Amino acid sequence: MSEIKKNHKRPYPTLAKTLTGIVGLDEITEGGLPTGRPTLICGEAGCGKTLMSIEFIVRGAIQYSEPGVFIAFEEKIDELANNVASLGFDLMKLQDEKKIRIDHVHVDRSEIEETGEYDLEGLFIRLGYAIDSIGAKRVVLDTLENLFSGLQNQAILRTEIRRLFSFLKEKGVTAIITGERGDGSSFTRQGLEEYVSDCVILLDHRVVNQISTRRLRVIKYRGTVHGTNEYPFLIDEEGISVLPVTSLKMNNEVSSERVSTGIPALDDMLGGKGLFRGGSALVSGTAGTGKTSLAASYANETCNRGESCVYFAMEESPSQIIRNMRSIGIDLQKHVDSGLLFFNASRPNLYGLEMHLVAMHKCITKYQPRAVIIDPITNFINIASVSEVKNMLVRMIDFLQEEQISVMFTALTLNTIVNEQTDEGVSSLVDTWILVRDIEFNGERNRGLYVMKARGMKHSNQVREFTITDNGLNLVEVYLGPDGVLTGSARQEQILLEQTGEAIRTQAVSRKDREILRKRKVLESTIASLKTEYESVEEELNKIYIEEELKKQILDKSRAEVTRFRGGEEIEKTKEKTDNKSRKKDKE
Amino acid sequence: MGDSEGFLESCGEDTPALAYELRLFISGASPNSIRAVENLKAICEKHLPGRYKLEIIDIHQQKELAEFDNVIALPLLIKKSPGTERRMIGDLSDTNRVLKGLGLIK
Repeated sequence: MSEIKKNHKRPYPTLAKTLTGIVGLDEITEGGLPTGRPTLICGEAGCGKTLMSIEFIVRGAIQYSEPGVFIAFEEKIDELANNVASLGFDLMKLQDEKKIRIDHVHVDRSEIEETGEYDLEGLFIRLGYAIDSIGAKRVVLDTLENLFSGLQNQAILRTEIRRLFSFLKEKGVTAIITGERGDGSSFTRQGLEEYVSDCVILLDHRVVNQISTRRLRVIKYRGTVHGTNEYPFLIDEEGISVLPVTSLKMNNEVSSERVSTGIPALDDMLGGKGLFRGGSALVSGTAGTGKTSLAASYANETCNRGESCVYFAMEESPSQIIRNMRSIGIDLQKHVDSGLLFFNASRPNLYGLEMHLVAMHKCITKYQPRAVIIDPITNFINIASVSEVKNMLVRMIDFLQEEQISVMFTALTLNTIVNEQTDEGVSSLVDTWILVRDIEFNGERNRGLYVMKARGMKHSNQVREFTITDNGLNLVEVYLGPDGVLTGSARQEQILLEQTGEAIRTQAVSRKDREILRKRKVLESTIASLKTEYESVEEELNKIYIEEELKKQILDKSRAEVTRFRGGEEIEKTKEKTDNKSRKKDKE
Repeated sequence: MGDSEGFLESCGEDTPALAYELRLFISGASPNSIRAVENLKAICEKHLPGRYKLEIIDIHQQKELAEFDNVIALPLLIKKSPGTERRMIGDLSDTNRVLKGLGLIK
């Protein structure tokens, strides 16, 4: 309790509280029961009053080193010890260690003769002695009302009970008084609530639709805030667990880490990275569309990463799922063996909706998984209305988000006429919604997968064909033919058709290529011939030119020679010169 | 009263050694306790002269006995013997009931 005080640093002193150690109850009461004051726990027979109070004593003794006294008006010590032995509480050992003290007060009207005025001083002394002998901080009186059946003088009893409560307060013990629920509006048959003014907790055991649910409500807790709703609670081999499931806050931290779904192609559809860690995903679809396979694939992937996963199977037994998944190449058995995968199989009508929530909560708290699968949520409809299921799932998602646990729900859509928006009404709650649908066409059924929504991530808007093969799940591109979406054999046909077209096209292309080549060759040869022609013309022209030149030279020479002859020079020398000159010209 | 005396006489004749073992739990000197002691003594002297053994226990002095003897209401008179154990609570002012409890009248 001192820890609680430290945790809640407030400017003014608040009511000191004593932790009960009962899972969930301390959250609802924000720290436990009022320290040093009596608390009344009331409820009908068999609603768990005795168990809750004994757990308060035992947990106090074991977890908080606060010794406790249990005054049993109904059961004998060995009966009590037997009753709680199944919870792993060894009352006798605790009693020997002086951590608790159990005192059976036997009151039987037939054995007692009332002969005048009396008081309950004996009980006070007994209680006081028990408290002092072990230094008890906690006291339980179960059920004080038995005094009323054993003793006749109501006036005395009422005075004495009033005195008892002030005695308990004086002793400074945190006390629990249990009382049977009375008829009408009173919480207890004898109106004990008028004596206990600090804290009153009502336990309830209701049967709705043949399914029983235990609920707890803090009716009154003076001087402090507390949860006011009805909280379901569970009694199992570990005692009582209450689930303060209705969290009104929405301040969960979110992760931007992405985790694979185990199907690479689906990851691709979800922006290439998969789902957000701590996010919620819904896989919905009609019967036999592979929802469980998808979920199992996700579980398998989670375990492959070395993370733990809890699989809540509501329809199939674990061995059935393992066998079925083996056929598509997913080996879940090895993960079960390695302890990473834990199956929790239960029929929805095993207990009420709230109890399922409590049970799941407990299981998740125990195994601390990174991913949770609930397959399918649809079956909850059998035991509750849609709105109740939705409420429960909101709380589930809320809790999982808080714990940063990814969750995948599967849901069965019953009618094939698309009624996608009402899958238990949860489609609006989840972060990612994957829809698997039958596509019936051309005399066969195939599966189409859509990502209906994926909050906060880029996702494909395409319909993909979803195939289940011996090697797991895969997504194939869906063909959009002239008649709409093509799947299955129609898709294969289309592929063939396109392959044929491709071949023909290739053929055509190569023919054209050859044509072009030929044309080029023709052109090239034409160009070559033209070039030759040009060369010859050029040569011809050149030849004429040279001849003309030569002619001119020769003419010039002869003219010069003629002149020289006229001048009287030697013919030989001139000839040589002329030769050299012409050679030079040639070179040029 | 006449009945009880007749019963006593017959008792005395048949089993003269019949001893009443009585244990009276009281809490200190509370008015109820004082009255109970006085009333019991008067009854015993009148109906069981010399045939009873009375132990008066102040529960405040011997608290551990409270659980042992299953004491709740005080004053408490336990008739240990003869016959079955009987318990009477209160200040023993209702003599008829006390005698009935002690098995002295039917």
